[in-house]
Amino acid sequence: MGPLVPDIIGNDLNYIVALIIGILFGMVLEQAGFSTSKKLVGLFYGYDFTVLRVFFTAGITAMVGVIALNHFGLLDINLIYINPTYLWSALVGGIIMGLGFVIGGFCPGTSICAAAIGKIDAMYFVLGSLLGVLVFAEGYPLFEGLYKAEFWGNVRIFETLGMSQSIFATLMVLIAIFSFWFVTKIEHKVNKTKPEKFKFSPYYISLTTVALILVISPLVMPDRRESLLNEANDKDKLLINEINKITPDELALRIIRGDNTLQLIDFRPQEEFSKFALPKSIHFTFDNFFEKDALKQLRIKGKNNIIITKDENEALKMAYIAFKLGIKNISILDGGMNNFAESILDKNSIEKTKNLVNNDTYEFRLKASNIIPILVEQNKSSGTIQKKSKRALGGC
Amino acid sequence: MEENKYMNPYLAGFLLGLVLLATIYITGRGLGASGAVKSTTIAIVNSIAPEHTHSEKFYQEYLTEHEDNPLKNWLVFEVVGVIIGAFISGLISNRLSFKIEHGPKITNRLRIATAIIGGFLFSFGAQFGRGCTSGAALSGMAVLSTGGIITMFAIFGGAYAFAYFFRKLWL
Repeated sequence: MGPLVPDIIGNDLNYIVALIIGILFGMVLEQAGFSTSKKLVGLFYGYDFTVLRVFFTAGITAMVGVIALNHFGLLDINLIYINPTYLWSALVGGIIMGLGFVIGGFCPGTSICAAAIGKIDAMYFVLGSLLGVLVFAEGYPLFEGLYKAEFWGNVRIFETLGMSQSIFATLMVLIAIFSFWFVTKIEHKVNKTKPEKFKFSPYYISLTTVALILVISPLVMPDRRESLLNEANDKDKLLINEINKITPDELALRIIRGDNTLQLIDFRPQEEFSKFALPKSIHFTFDNFFEKDALKQLRIKGKNNIIITKDENEALKMAYIAFKLGIKNISILDGGMNNFAESILDKNSIEKTKNLVNNDTYEFRLKASNIIPILVEQNKSSGTIQKKSKRALGGC
Repeated sequence: MEENKYMNPYLAGFLLGLVLLATIYITGRGLGASGAVKSTTIAIVNSIAPEHTHSEKFYQEYLTEHEDNPLKNWLVFEVVGVIIGAFISGLISNRLSFKIEHGPKITNRLRIATAIIGGFLFSFGAQFGRGCTSGAALSGMAVLSTGGIITMFAIFGGAYAFAYFFRKLWL
């Protein structure tokens, strides 16, 4: 699951990735014509809307990609850098940048690009931008108030507007297409050229269709978690015979022996878990299955994950989902926590079974019913799954 | 030799979008440019006046985040790549040449002055916006960040609002 940094690609290799991405970024910007200020400001005077076309298409492509990758479980959106929202700072900064844009004819990225192919005006723009940082840095105590005011957190636009992501994204795609059509009309008017007859190019139509399908799919198609949950609820599909079971007696014995390979994954509700939990067990929820860190915990080599739930049916479902997510070293507690409590923890019910089980089992259970509560006290469980990975740091 | 034509804008946009998507998928962050300008400025100030950078709050905050080496920054590497990439592209398309571009009604000297002022304002604003057209607007749009999209509208809205007053520079 993405992002690949820092687990699959280390932090040092990431600098090489940065260089390669930069090369591609620079090539595309230059090929698009962003290395000339005349083309860039054309956007503001109506004679050349290349910037809008490139910018909007790029933004939409990446947006659709991020939505789709996240929907199909390939990218953990919680680990992605979401530019934080500081309302006033974003507005004031943006307006100052707009002023800089019409005066200077570049933005920082395009000026670097233009300077690289020899545009002298762009080199001076870069010089000016170094000075801009210097003034901000020196006057920082003065600006800090505005800089940090009205902090909304890492909010996303559809949350702010209170609509679903798919609907917002669909609107964006439609607005983009409309604006492409509209700016072409303006261009012809400003440049006094004759509009060509409109043609539906198959490339544009198919790309737009793909984009729309991808942004709408989260609305109609269940995502990975939903479809897995549906499958798990379908009793016929449960691989009852393929999943290992561990009896309460065996589990009790291994807990008493201090078996290090045990990893108890407790799916009961939080309240029940806080009331009583087996030593060193980890509280887990269904949602954790779709988080990078939690999955990592389940994938630790040499550990036997024992799924604990209230009853066995629930355990089978969770085991099925874990299995489908590629976690193989998994067993379930036979009969769930209810059975464990009955046969190991509850002295009364142990007495009742005295004549039903053989004597060794009875003796063992009696002993265990004394030891396990002590172990529980000694090793308070490690609690909820710890989130180790942080959001990537980004921005400028 | 004749300069080659620019790429179809939709194709260029699509490719740029794929580069951005790959960046997000691989690194968890977006593209940027003004961040590298910031790192460079801080590195310069740090080498000229290290006592100064260790007393002022802005530099302090930045240097603690970057283990005292402001150039060891993802965006600095990325921007070095941008320079290489743009150069290669210019080479391929016969666009490498030293020149000053400006509107028909202004002199080279005025163009240089406006470039410096524009660069100054843009990067000063980018500090408030926590990124520029790439880092805040484009990358922000890709992840649908509220702040990024507000900055995007402010940049383009601001530019349109001021465009009329500076038309003599370009038209």
